[in-house]
Amino acid sequence: MADEDGGRPEPEALLKEVRKDGRGRLKIFLGAAPGVGKTYAMLQAAHERRKEGLDVLVAVVETHGRQETEALVRGLPVLPRKRIGYRGRVFTEMDLDALLQRKPKLVLIDELAHTNVGGSRHVKRWRDVEEVLGAGIDVYATLNIQHLESLNDIVERIAKVRVRETLPDAVLEVADEIELVDLPPDALVQRLVEGKVYVPEQARRAARHFFSRGNLTALRELAMRTAAERVDRDMLDHMRAHAVPGPWPARDRLMVCLDDGSTGPGLVRAAKRMAERARIPWIAVHVETRSDDRLDEASRGRLEDTLLLAQRLGAEVETLRGSGMVARDLVAHARARNVTGILVGRTRRPAWRRWFGSSVPHGVLRLGRDFEVTVTGVDDASPKGPVVRAPEGNSHRWLPGLSWATAAVALAGVAAWLVERILPLPNLSLVFLTAVLFVAMRLGLWPALYAVGLSLLVYNFFFTVPFMTFTVYHRADILTLMFFVLVAVITGNLAGRVREQLVSIRQTARRTANLYAFSRKVVAVASLDDVLWASVHHVASTLSARSLVLLPGGKGGVDLDIAAGYPPEDHLSDTDRAAADWAWKNERPAGWGTDTLPGAGYLFMPLRTGRGMLGLLGVAFERPSRSLSMEQRSLLAAVADQSAVAIERSQLSQDIEEARLLSETENLRSALLSSLSHDLRTPLVSIIGSATTLSDVGERISPEDRRSLVDTVLEEANRLNRFVQNLLDMTRLGYGALRPRRDWTDPVDVVGRAVHRLGDLLAPFQVRVDMAPDAPLLFVDPVLIEQVLVNILDNAAKHSPADGLIRVEAGPRDGWFRILVEDDGPGIPPDERELVFDMFYRVKARDSRIAGTGLGLSICRGLVEAHGGSILAEDGRGQRGAAIVLRLPLDPPPCLDASETESEDGTGKIPMTDGSP
Amino acid sequence: MTQEQKTRILVVDDEAQIRKFLRISLSAHGYEVIEAVRGEDAIRKCAMERPDLVVLDLGLPDMDGQAVIAAIREWSAVPILVLSVRAGEMDKVEALENGANDYVTKPFGIAELIARTRVLLRARPVGPGAAEATVYEEGGLRVDYPGRRVWVDGEEVKLTRKEFDLLRLLTRDAGKVLTHEHLLGEVWGKAYVKETQYLRVHLGRLRQKLRDNPNAPRFLWTEPGVGYRLLIE
Repeated sequence: MADEDGGRPEPEALLKEVRKDGRGRLKIFLGAAPGVGKTYAMLQAAHERRKEGLDVLVAVVETHGRQETEALVRGLPVLPRKRIGYRGRVFTEMDLDALLQRKPKLVLIDELAHTNVGGSRHVKRWRDVEEVLGAGIDVYATLNIQHLESLNDIVERIAKVRVRETLPDAVLEVADEIELVDLPPDALVQRLVEGKVYVPEQARRAARHFFSRGNLTALRELAMRTAAERVDRDMLDHMRAHAVPGPWPARDRLMVCLDDGSTGPGLVRAAKRMAERARIPWIAVHVETRSDDRLDEASRGRLEDTLLLAQRLGAEVETLRGSGMVARDLVAHARARNVTGILVGRTRRPAWRRWFGSSVPHGVLRLGRDFEVTVTGVDDASPKGPVVRAPEGNSHRWLPGLSWATAAVALAGVAAWLVERILPLPNLSLVFLTAVLFVAMRLGLWPALYAVGLSLLVYNFFFTVPFMTFTVYHRADILTLMFFVLVAVITGNLAGRVREQLVSIRQTARRTANLYAFSRKVVAVASLDDVLWASVHHVASTLSARSLVLLPGGKGGVDLDIAAGYPPEDHLSDTDRAAADWAWKNERPAGWGTDTLPGAGYLFMPLRTGRGMLGLLGVAFERPSRSLSMEQRSLLAAVADQSAVAIERSQLSQDIEEARLLSETENLRSALLSSLSHDLRTPLVSIIGSATTLSDVGERISPEDRRSLVDTVLEEANRLNRFVQNLLDMTRLGYGALRPRRDWTDPVDVVGRAVHRLGDLLAPFQVRVDMAPDAPLLFVDPVLIEQVLVNILDNAAKHSPADGLIRVEAGPRDGWFRILVEDDGPGIPPDERELVFDMFYRVKARDSRIAGTGLGLSICRGLVEAHGGSILAEDGRGQRGAAIVLRLPLDPPPCLDASETESEDGTGKIPMTDGSP
Repeated sequence: MTQEQKTRILVVDDEAQIRKFLRISLSAHGYEVIEAVRGEDAIRKCAMERPDLVVLDLGLPDMDGQAVIAAIREWSAVPILVLSVRAGEMDKVEALENGANDYVTKPFGIAELIARTRVLLRARPVGPGAAEATVYEEGGLRVDYPGRRVWVDGEEVKLTRKEFDLLRLLTRDAGKVLTHEHLLGEVWGKAYVKETQYLRVHLGRLRQKLRDNPNAPRFLWTEPGVGYRLLIE
């Protein structure tokens, strides 16, 4: 609401005008009582719109069998009602979904304050209307003045009829247009007599009273005033929007103080009216005191209802933790919130309670001198029965306190008796005072006062002359007793208050610690699952309820899935799902305890951050009470906020992780490409270069050079072949398609062939092969193991100096068959010995060092592991070179006849053993 | 090519096989070949042996080929022909910017290498004072620098200022690659070195006027991502 001074158009006022374009427009036909002709007026207006060519649809119109009205309805398209079964009966309600799907330009909805039958999406029809408006559909609706929330108790006072179906004033406020349908009371009474006003049979008698002339006049005035106020405000809005200069109220704010519920709804409505008249924002404040904890269920519920009512009527609701001095807290808060007016209800307190401190209104009047303080006498015709604590419900909770107090006083009595025996004190009352103090500190004010009384009696009975009577002889004793009572009450009060503060501080601390613990927990965990679990667990344990987190699943992110639950839950009932979907789409709480789909078992709170909706937090209580307390609500909101942030954080970190993985994959890919480009092309360079040299100047060069060039071509072609072979193996290993075709193999054979295959490559080195005599046969794939050895030897050759020694040693050792290949090169630093088996490892070092792919050793590892063996890099002997150690499993030797042995895949075929081209 | 003093070429490559066929083929064409395996070696031999041309592989075991070019260019104007296995145009451009005169991408046919070598070894003016030829005439293209006139197969072609400037640059270094940046900087000015679209437009027009078929160019050869060269022979 715009309430600033200003000679320029106020943004909010302008915004309000603009917003009117996007949303559907709401026009309310307001009447003072049933029968004034609201529906008729609405239908007539609709006909006019229809004549203008507008797509008009009747969603709900109650004709009550009146012919003029029915005739008007007949000329308009009517949306069929939806039939809803509820408790064995069938009701018809407006079909909201069909309406939203049909999407007319203008829709007629009768009786705005109507309460939908259970099982509908929203409890109240005006919620339906909100949704319709949100969909951009214009709405014509009717309303009787007595349904307006803020007028509810006034109407009750006037007409002595309690109206149950109420409508928040805010709905009237968002209406774009209000048409007052007026009929003078006499005419209305006349219509009633003629039977033109629909009144249910069972309400006939009440109706007689309701439709009295006095009532109707009063209601008519209310309706007219409401409409007039609206007109006034519309004019103000207009003036503001168009920057018409005028006297605007300064930024005023009203604060209404709610106590434990005794003043209740009446006070809230009074505040609403005051704020409305002054057109200022208002806040409702409740100060929680120690006594709040002692409230019984019903009173507590009433308090919560009052706070919710205030919220519905547009107040900002705040609950303060009291320090023990309610009035001081209130005034301090009023200062902090820059409030100008304070509204307090007159409390009905027995005179004696004033002994224990001034009443809240008095305190506020005294402390808040600079405020405009209004103390209103609240006429509570409405609440049935006293709202203050119900004594019988509490008595059992008092019992331990009283018995402890009794015990303390008894102990004091005994102590006093002993003291008197041993060392006569002039004043034994001090002993009792100690007991009172103790009781006050430990048990609070009321047990302390009880202790005072009891002490007085005991002291009087046992320790004043005459003993064993309640009579007092000495004046000094009377004085002592009087002062004792005074001091005891004051100190007890003081100590009690200290205790109250302590308790409240402890509670606040616990709440804060709780939230803090939760936030630490969710900050500490990184993965989404952990965050979700921590959230549901926290909600479940602090509210002792079942809790869920729903997150959009699937690719489109349309459907909500249960992402976590405590206790684990994997299914939602249809109602719950509907509530969840609604909450997700509308980004508002829905389900149990709200106005939308309250039939659901779960309450769904949106998990929302600056980036938008993330999901929903669902809570379901085992024993559903009527609604959530303010405290639970704020706790839930706080947890929802924190969970949302934590979920968002972990989602972001997941995104980052994915991005990092992607860039790593990208790096690997570019490493592979660069490696391929180098390793495929280097042999090709030599081959093409040599071949073109031969063709270009072949006849001009010596035969030796020709021979040498041809050798280069062959050698490099072989190198290329090995590389391509490795690449293919690697690919097949990666896909898991490379399966060893095992056969009984003589290791001497394999080593020999590998050395031979590399013949020219190994020519510049001294190669020594040490085979153990009578080496056992190995059950391996000879082709693959040969490839392993070729790779290892190739590697050794690359790193050996010319004329270096390459030693191959093979034989059984420690239950394995070990093959060791050692070179004379620079060796491998210990911290890189595992890395050399990584794909493209050498690429990271330098891609031009020595021709090689960085694939060789990683392929070796893959192949050896496919055989159940292992491969390691070690130091060469004598601190020089590197040794690659290969260990293959030693299988029990084959049965005598070779015909019995088979390869593992059962083909029994001996694989091709000649790998050289 | 028979001269009293043989032309000397320093071949720098860590692959023995490549050095071998380069030695054989270059020797067969009458050049004297000096070999180096490592970058340091190459710089030292360049200083001591005073080769007439350096054939340099960019991937060397001890240092980056680019650093070798920079080191040589500090004190020598010897033509440098770069061999690069890398397809990356950035490497080539960098090498040219560092002072290399041309490049050959591996793998290459030996004829291509010999042709490039010849272009680089062709007698060229040394130092700023040297007299420059006033006319370019080769392969049907004739350029009269002072007169700013151009003929293709004896027929005169009208060129705009920029087109002539471009052609002049390309003919002056005929057979050698000229980078986009170099051409842009010389013709349009230093501020335009990134505006390759100017170059594409003007070269396209120049190509039309010279009646050059882009699919089988006779004069203007595009080096994708690097620059242009004027074809000879």
